[in-house]
Amino acid sequence: MELTLDDYLLVSGLLFAIGFAGVLLRRNIIIIFMCLEMMLNAANLSLVAFSRFNVQAGLPNYNGQMLVFFIITVAAAEVAVGLAVIVALYRARGTTHVEDISSLKF
Amino acid sequence: MMTAILFWFFAALMLGFACAVVFNRNPVASALSLVVSFIGLAALFVMLDAYFLGTIQVLVYAGAVMVLFLFIIMLLDLKAEVRRKLHIGIVAGGLAVAAAFVFQLCAVLEELPFGGRGFPAIRQPLNDVRNVGYVLFSDYNLPFQVVGVLLLVATIGVVILSKRELK
Amino acid sequence: MALPWIILLTPLLSAAFITLFTQRLRNFSAMISVAACLVSFVGVCVLHFWPNGSPTAAMGWLDLGPVFSVSIGFTVDRLSKAMLFVVTGVGLLIHIYSLGYMEDDAGKSRYFAGLSLFMFSMIGIVFADNFVMMFIFWELVGVSSYILIGHWFDKPAPPAAANKAFITNRIGDFGFMLGILMLWVSTGTVYFTGLKSAVPALAGNPGFLAVATVLVFCGAVGKSAQFPLHVWLPDAMEGPTPVSALIHAATMVAAGVYMLSRVYFLVAASPAAQAVIGAIGITTAVGAALMATQQNDIKRILAYSTLSQLGYMICAAGIAPNGPAMYHLFTHAFFKALLFLGAGAVIYGTHHEQDIWKMGGLKNRLPSTFLTFLVGTLALTGCPGLSGFFSKDAIISAAREGGHPFIFALALATAFLTSFYMFRLMVVVFWGHTRTEHARDGHQPPAVMTIPLWILAIASIIAGYGFFAGRFLTLPKEHMDMGVASLSILVFLAGGGLAWYFYNGRDSDPIVIPLLANRFYLDELYHTLIALTQDLAASLSATFDRWILDGAIVRGLSSAAWITGFVLRFLQLGNLQAYAFLFGGGFVILIYYFLFSKP
Repeated sequence: MELTLDDYLLVSGLLFAIGFAGVLLRRNIIIIFMCLEMMLNAANLSLVAFSRFNVQAGLPNYNGQMLVFFIITVAAAEVAVGLAVIVALYRARGTTHVEDISSLKF
Repeated sequence: MMTAILFWFFAALMLGFACAVVFNRNPVASALSLVVSFIGLAALFVMLDAYFLGTIQVLVYAGAVMVLFLFIIMLLDLKAEVRRKLHIGIVAGGLAVAAAFVFQLCAVLEELPFGGRGFPAIRQPLNDVRNVGYVLFSDYNLPFQVVGVLLLVATIGVVILSKRELK
Repeated sequence: MALPWIILLTPLLSAAFITLFTQRLRNFSAMISVAACLVSFVGVCVLHFWPNGSPTAAMGWLDLGPVFSVSIGFTVDRLSKAMLFVVTGVGLLIHIYSLGYMEDDAGKSRYFAGLSLFMFSMIGIVFADNFVMMFIFWELVGVSSYILIGHWFDKPAPPAAANKAFITNRIGDFGFMLGILMLWVSTGTVYFTGLKSAVPALAGNPGFLAVATVLVFCGAVGKSAQFPLHVWLPDAMEGPTPVSALIHAATMVAAGVYMLSRVYFLVAASPAAQAVIGAIGITTAVGAALMATQQNDIKRILAYSTLSQLGYMICAAGIAPNGPAMYHLFTHAFFKALLFLGAGAVIYGTHHEQDIWKMGGLKNRLPSTFLTFLVGTLALTGCPGLSGFFSKDAIISAAREGGHPFIFALALATAFLTSFYMFRLMVVVFWGHTRTEHARDGHQPPAVMTIPLWILAIASIIAGYGFFAGRFLTLPKEHMDMGVASLSILVFLAGGGLAWYFYNGRDSDPIVIPLLANRFYLDELYHTLIALTQDLAASLSATFDRWILDGAIVRGLSSAAWITGFVLRFLQLGNLQAYAFLFGGGFVILIYYFLFSKP
């Protein structure tokens, strides 16, 4: 059975959905952050699949892979900064439970 | 044939451990599950002839980002999450949104005219790293430099944010 | 040729000069004003010998292209020459009289400037060859009247009277303007010559013509103080007596009659308008005469007399267009001015006493004044041989010949009442014994005041005869109807006799009729109406302001903003996952909308 683009896209979509469900359901802010990374990776998978699919002159279209490269880099930077913020938040509030951090409530 | 089996195996690995991330109480267990999930993803990248990216995925994501997560979990000394009463409506709502998204995705995939085709052939040997480097440093040179600056800024930001007392 | 311009502008230059430069030099200002009036009078006399027509090129005043253009032009014909003679002649005599009467007044310069302005405006009305020019000068005359009535502005009554005069006039002028607009819209011209030739075309729509004519007549109702806008004229007696003589007896109030004579062709073409004008005129005549029988202030009696005579003139202008109205205006100007100036002399002589019941026995103390006043009274009441007899007769005959029996009867009744109240006045003021200290001190006025009296007395006698009046006007008939003449003589004698019988030797009024003494309570009625209207408008505005502006609009808008904010506030849950859920939900909905439902 030959692999098609659909299969990769479906897997990517399922990974994204799992990550999104994790963001909505978990209470620990670190876990939520990890699920966020999962969603980014799902997008990366889609991009690479498309890059491999659009073949020009015998080569994949590397533009997709370029974007993945940058996404990974920026995601790394984002994780670093985000975790620093979470640490500062933990030091201020003493909790990582997301329901306890709601001072912007009306 | 072989590719299909490998594909589904690694896909199942990735998705299974992703579910483990979501449903695990222990944050360390979640983090480690995510590492395995990323490795599965790297395998999928390799199957798509993106060797460089697969390597980068393991090196950066699994190797650096997840390690950073584990460091922070250790730093904050997080215990297993205390089970609080979960409102059934919230759970249903979250699952409903995710399911709706998957459902819409399937509908779109059916419409795609080019979705059913297989992947076209590429020339062999594929000098993947060389090609990626070539494109990166010619077409994407400026974004590359900018990303370098971005990383510098992120580093500075992290240092400042983690100081104990900001005077 | 510039003569009409000289006649028109010399008083204006005098007024401007006095106002700008010589306010401090009171006697000099008076001289300038008298000189200007003299120049105009001489100019009018010279103009008398000019042929009729408009020899002077008009000055373009307002030019809106082919749509509308109006100029300041001059009409020189018999009618305007007659009116000009009256205006400038009587005006000159009153200027001279004022030199004596206003001798010690502090505002003398202001007074003479006002008089000159009035002369300019009145001459402008007479010369006007189109409605717009006439309207402009009409308003100017109203302004002069306002200035002169309120001359003694430090007392409370004169400014109030001036306001009343101006506002009441304004109401009439509103109708006047509407009438002019109607005529312009239908004929395309405001010039009298053009309108005259357009009347046959207009006569095809009698309703329109009647309404337009009656609206134009509204101007006369205001200016000539006809019912229901008569209320300002008695109050206008707050002004100095020469002003009352000039403006409110001889000239300004006659402007309405003059205007109707100018456009007699409009009145003649519309029987409905004639009926209205005649009815209002005779109503005013009778009503004013009734009110005059119960007044006790010498100037008020004369004011109501003026109202009554104006009623006569207006009625005549209605029932017999281009007929005896101008004749009566001509004679009335002389004897009414004489009567007012005589009253002024009496007031001057008795230290500004105006109540007739505080005078008495003045015929020996002010002989000159008494004689001239007697001449004026006889002329007004229609003593045979004097001017008033002829002109009044002409009107009464016209009523009879025109087939208006009701008006005829009322005119005769008015003549009777006129005779009655005038002789009441004479008997109480000049006969009997002196009733107060002021009367005992009565003395003759100086010559500068008595000479105009004599001149006017002579004019009152001869103004009715053909050799004098015939130069100016077309007299109605050479010989008069003996029946009408005898009736008028009868009512004249009856009125005089009754007055003598009731009032000789009395010290207070034996007849007291409160309805008449309070002037039919019309002033009170108007006050109440105005107060009611103002209250109603004020309460409507207040309600509107409170409920709609404040309530619905201002508070409504602010409440809407507040409620929107309040509702949206509930979206700020403070819960991160709630936000993520809303975000995801919205995302799913958008995808559905764009990919699956919208084209």
